[in-house]
Amino acid sequence: MSSPPSDARTLTYGQALLEAARQEMARDAGVFIMGLGVDDAKGMYGTTANLHKEFGADRCFDTPLAEDAMTGVAIGAALAGMRPIHVHQRMDFLLLCMNQLVNMAAKSSYMFSGAVSVPLVVRAIIGRSWGQGAQHSQAFHSYFMHVPGLKIFAPTTPYDAKGAMIAAIRDPNPVVFMEHRMLYSFKGIVPEAAYEVPFGRARLLTHGKHVTIVAVSYMVAEALRAKHLLEEVGIEAEVIDPVSLAPLDIDTIVTSVSRTGRLLVVDTSWLTCGFSGEILALALERLGGKQAFQAKRMGYAPTPCPTTKPLENVFYPNARTIALAAHAMVKGEGASWKIEVQEPREIAEFKGPF
Amino acid sequence: MKNNDPSISADTIARFYKQIRRIRRVEETVIDLYPTDKIKSPVHLSIGQESVSVAVCEALRPTDVVFGTYRGHALYLAKYGDMKAMMAELYGKADGCARGKAGSMHLVDMKVGMMGTSAIVATSISQAAGYAFALKQRKSDAIVACFYGEGAMDEGAWHETMNFAALKKLPVLFVCENNGYAIYSSVKDRMSSVNICARSESYGIPAARIENGDTRKLYAKVQSDAAAIRAGSGPRVIEAMTCRWRDHVGPGEDRVHRYRPDAELNAWIAADEMKKLGELLPATKRAEIDRDVEAELAAAITFAEQSPYPEDREIYDHVFAAE
Repeated sequence: MSSPPSDARTLTYGQALLEAARQEMARDAGVFIMGLGVDDAKGMYGTTANLHKEFGADRCFDTPLAEDAMTGVAIGAALAGMRPIHVHQRMDFLLLCMNQLVNMAAKSSYMFSGAVSVPLVVRAIIGRSWGQGAQHSQAFHSYFMHVPGLKIFAPTTPYDAKGAMIAAIRDPNPVVFMEHRMLYSFKGIVPEAAYEVPFGRARLLTHGKHVTIVAVSYMVAEALRAKHLLEEVGIEAEVIDPVSLAPLDIDTIVTSVSRTGRLLVVDTSWLTCGFSGEILALALERLGGKQAFQAKRMGYAPTPCPTTKPLENVFYPNARTIALAAHAMVKGEGASWKIEVQEPREIAEFKGPF
Repeated sequence: MKNNDPSISADTIARFYKQIRRIRRVEETVIDLYPTDKIKSPVHLSIGQESVSVAVCEALRPTDVVFGTYRGHALYLAKYGDMKAMMAELYGKADGCARGKAGSMHLVDMKVGMMGTSAIVATSISQAAGYAFALKQRKSDAIVACFYGEGAMDEGAWHETMNFAALKKLPVLFVCENNGYAIYSSVKDRMSSVNICARSESYGIPAARIENGDTRKLYAKVQSDAAAIRAGSGPRVIEAMTCRWRDHVGPGEDRVHRYRPDAELNAWIAADEMKKLGELLPATKRAEIDRDVEAELAAAITFAEQSPYPEDREIYDHVFAAE
C-alpha cells in the first residue's frame, strides 16, 4: 500500500473528507451529496462546507427527515448511473435505512445478474462523549458485514479518509463509510492530488513480536497509545488497522498472528456476533491445527451506552485497558502492572453538542 | 361494441388487445405448467389487471422507464420485455432475463426501460423518485412511471416519497393499481379513510381516478399527464381501479378463500377489457393477433425448455458489480 511522503502538508480528518468530495464532484458531474444539514452553516463538521455554493444547490442539498425513502432515492439515482453520497450525522440513523440498504442496494447487482449496479456511498458518523448517550454512539459495521453485496470502509487517518472516500465514490457498489467523531480533529499528511486507498488492504501500523492488536476506527488510536505503554515494559505490539472491513484483508492479520502467537481484537462496538468474533473465527480457521494462539476480544460493555461521564468511561476500551489486556496475554493473568493514563486530548477537549 | 373515442385509432386498439392478450395467455400458460413443477418460483398473476400496465406503457415512450412490483408479469410484457427471457427466468434457466437468479418476482429488462422489481412492498417507489431525480438533473426528456398497489400506501415509504417527489417537482407518474386487497385484507380494513386521490393530493400532487380498468380512458389520461410531466409539471398520480382475478400468489382460484363477495369478482370478469377490446376489432384481425400470440408463446416455452440451467460456479457471479 502506498504511503504519504514525509514533507507534505497536513489536513485534519474532516478537511481530508471535504477535499475528497470536492475533487470528485469536480471530476464527475454525477457525484452529488444529500443529507440532513449538508448545506447548513456547519456543513457536517466542515466535511460538506460550501459545496452547495461551489457546485449548485442540486448537487449538495438538504433532505426531509425521511431516511427510508431518501435511501431509496439515492439508490434510484445510482441505478440511473449517478454517484450519490448520502450523509448521516450519526450511524444510529442507519437503522431507518436498513430495508433499502439490505433488501435493495446490496442485492440489486446479484438479483438482476449484473443488469444494474448501485454506486452509492452512505456516510455514517459514530458519536462519542459529552453526553451522546445510547442513541448517538452506536457502530453497526457488524450488521453490514453480515450482508453480501455491501462494502465497508472505516478509515482512521486523514490520509486514509481521503483516499478511501475517493475509492468509495468511484466504486460501482454500495459502500458504508464509517467515520468517528473523535477522529475529526486528528491531523495527518494528505497529498493534494486525488488518490485511492484500495478496498481489502489492511495497514500494518507497527511491527512487534509479542502480540497482534487489530482495532477498528477510533480504537486504532487507543491501540497505538497502548502500544507505547507496552513498550515501557518490553512488550512489542503489532497494531493493524483493517481500514476496509468488507472486503476484509484477513491475510495480513493471520500472517501477523502466526508471528506473535497472540491476537487481541479491539472493536468500536459490542462483541456478541460481531466483528471481533469474526476475526477470531477466521484466524482459527486459517491457523487451527497448524499453530495455537491466544485470543481476546475487547469492545463496548454489554450495555447500551450510558450518558454520564464516569459510566461512559467504563463503557469503552481505552489505551490503559487495552495495554493491561495485552500485558496479561503476554505475561500471564497474575502479572501485576500499575499504569496511569491521562484522558486523550480529543475526548477531554470535546465540547458538543455534536 | 364500437370504439366511441375517435382520438384512439384502430391500430392502437389492436395494440391494446394484442398486449393484453399476450399477458393473459402467458399467465394462463403458467397456470397450466404449474403442476409440472417446471416453474419453481412463486408467481403473482396479473390476470384481470393487464389493462393498467398496457394502457400506461402504450402511452409512454420506449425511452421512459418503469418501476413495478412482484406482480410484475404484466408490466414486463407491456413494456415489451423479452418474453423468451421471461419464460426462461420462470424456469430458472441460464437464458433467463437474470440468468435464473430473479425468478418471477424480480423480472428485469433494461433494454426496454423495465427496472427490476422488488418483493418488498413499496420499496421501489422511492427508487423511482431517485431515478426521476437523475433524469431531471441530466435535463432528459424521459419520465418514470412507478406502479404500486394500494397496499403500498400503508407504508411510510410511500408518504416520504410523495413529499420528496412533489418538493423537487420530479418527472414521475405514480400509478396506483387499486385492486382493493393486500393479499386478502380489504383496503377498508387497512385505511382510516379510503380516498387514495385525496391522500395523494394532500402532498400537492394532482391525482385522478379511472374506473373499471378502462384501457382507453387510462391511455388518454396518461398521454396528457406524461405531456405535462415532460413539460416540468412535477409528479402526477393516477388511481387505476382494477381487479385481481386469481389468488394473491400461485395459480389458484381466488374465490375459494371466501374473503370477498362472488358478485364483486363476477362483475369484473364480465367486464373483461380483453374481451371488450377484441370485440372492437374485425374478427379476421383478432384471429390474426391470436395466432401471432400463440406462436410467440410457443417459441418462448420451447426456448425456456431448451435453455440450460446455470452452472454451479455462477452462484458467485454479480455479488458485486464490476466497473
